[in-house]
Amino acid sequence: MKIHEFQAKELLSDYNVPIQRGYVVYSSNEIEKTIEKVQNEFNSDAVVVKAQIHAGGRGKGGGVKFCSSTESAIESANKILGMNLITHQTGQEGKLVNQILITEALDIEKEFYFALMFDRAKNADVFIVSTEGGVDIEEVAEKTPDKIIKAWVDNDIHPLDDAVNTIIEALGLNSFNDAFEIFKNIYNCYLNSDCNLLEINPLVITKDQKIIALDAKVDIDSNALFRQEKISKFHDTSEEDPLELKASEYGLNYIKLDGNVGCMVNGAGLAMATMDIVKHHGGEPANFLDVGGAANVDTIKNGFKIILTDPNVKSVLINIFGGIVRCDRVANGVIQAVKELNLNVGVVVRLQGTNAKIAKKILDESDIELISAETIDEAAKKAVRLVS
Amino acid sequence: MSILLNEKTSILVQGITGSEGLFHTQQMLDYGSNVVCGVTPGKGGETATENNLPVFNSIEEAQNEFLIDATVIFVPPRFAANAILEAINQNIGLIVCISEGIPVRDMKKVKSALDNSSSTLIGPNCPGLITAEESKIGITPGFICKKGSIGILSRSGTLTYEAIDQIVNVGLGMTTAVGIGGDPIIGSSMIDILKHFANDDKTKGVVMIGEIGGSMENEAAEWIKDNFNKPVVSFIAGQTAPKGKRMGHAGAIISEGSETADAKIKILKKCGVSVAKTVSEIGETMLKIIEE
Repeated sequence: MKIHEFQAKELLSDYNVPIQRGYVVYSSNEIEKTIEKVQNEFNSDAVVVKAQIHAGGRGKGGGVKFCSSTESAIESANKILGMNLITHQTGQEGKLVNQILITEALDIEKEFYFALMFDRAKNADVFIVSTEGGVDIEEVAEKTPDKIIKAWVDNDIHPLDDAVNTIIEALGLNSFNDAFEIFKNIYNCYLNSDCNLLEINPLVITKDQKIIALDAKVDIDSNALFRQEKISKFHDTSEEDPLELKASEYGLNYIKLDGNVGCMVNGAGLAMATMDIVKHHGGEPANFLDVGGAANVDTIKNGFKIILTDPNVKSVLINIFGGIVRCDRVANGVIQAVKELNLNVGVVVRLQGTNAKIAKKILDESDIELISAETIDEAAKKAVRLVS
Repeated sequence: MSILLNEKTSILVQGITGSEGLFHTQQMLDYGSNVVCGVTPGKGGETATENNLPVFNSIEEAQNEFLIDATVIFVPPRFAANAILEAINQNIGLIVCISEGIPVRDMKKVKSALDNSSSTLIGPNCPGLITAEESKIGITPGFICKKGSIGILSRSGTLTYEAIDQIVNVGLGMTTAVGIGGDPIIGSSMIDILKHFANDDKTKGVVMIGEIGGSMENEAAEWIKDNFNKPVVSFIAGQTAPKGKRMGHAGAIISEGSETADAKIKILKKCGVSVAKTVSEIGETMLKIIEE
């Protein structure tokens, strides 16, 4: 689960990590008084106005503005709050800015890149730092990979203290007495908050020699939210695709794509493989949809409702491997769902597994229009033919 | 012959009294698995399933009466890591965790305990394993399996079934199928399972099914090139998956270029592994290679 910059900074602050301070504004009539508050409280005439959306590249898209005067701050804040911000991560449709963060402006001497994540290949947490901060880190990784330093933490071979010392050395922070404490605090924040990713880009050294997190991006392990009461409240549903959100309410796993062949499948791996074979036969999958182990009338009905909300969908391919759930039951579920929903798109059904033959007979003999198929290959071809 | 599991393997079920645990324990028994007892804390002394299997409060209590070779875990995700740790502490040889949704932080603890133990963990977030016509641990449908010569290993549940079905339908049949799980941290890697298949005389070839995310397939490809001399047919799901999106499985997310399906397919081919172009060609591809 992604959270906003101001929320991520709040988490860091809870662990005594110094952050660039500021206040959030949700409506335009709070703008002037908040700017004044930031200027007075943090002794900073200049302020920074930052759009709060769950996407990177906000600066380049015009969502972050340094403002040297009160007038320009008011102007920028009014412009950014409520704007439709388009960045390389939002897609063409952009994202509505529902809240902005107004912060103190700092005199910066150096900018670093900092991140903590889990390295799957090494089975260990990894610090990733670079002296090239504030820029697109993927570009740095590609052009100058030697400027990226990694230090792993697993309690057996690489203790936390060693990793912290490695990154302090790499960033040339040996003379900063609080650096060790700060990096350990960031790690504890990452660990105890169940973060998948904690990125600070940039982490800065100010002219008055302070280490400060200027930005923060955090992704939380959704499976751990049951024990993260505070973070659970950070969930901003307006940042999510409304269809994906609706699907999750039904207990389905849905991801919208750009094609026109809707896919309904049980199991994540088979769902991906089904999308792939649609593409292989010249079609474009409209979505990823995993209906889970129990493919019954309700899950299939809900699956149709989600898939068909996307106006691009011109045919639906149902691919179910009936293991414990027998195919004849799934077939009856499909028929009932199609009848109740009055569908106006072509539906291709492929059921494999227990009682697959009986299931095919049920489908073929039903009084509704369904196209049955025996193999995934045949099913994908038929579903693609319906849209071309 | 088979790997990890045969008809004699004595099995304990952790979470036997829950609805999933109960249902699948009965399915395992019906298949012929040697399930001997179960554990649910607080329900010691009860019995479960049509076979009236005894239920204990802990694995330790169960071990006072039974010799346990393997345990299968059907416990809600927030308690599952502790269930695995209990099994590791009791020196159970084979631990299979079906539960999906265990926090990564909990699995880090499990992984480090596992590294200092003699236990093998399969999963979590997996369908378990099945040795055709002998025994199954987990939720794989048994009736699609027939004895034969192909080993199957996969990160995905339903793709495991799909592969079994195709391998059986082309007439090759299977030895053991292992679903290793779709999470970012799992107990046994592809290489770990390949090592077992390498030592099994009955296994003449291996189907290895991967997907986007992580680098396990790439490591397995390099390992196969240098160490494995049986034919391997691979399939990688997720060629159409967008970057940065989690595709159902917690571990199926592309965060680097080397984690895409195309990158993995390229490395597999370079290392001499046959790659099925689509999911429906897994069986035929293996048949062609075996016949040669």
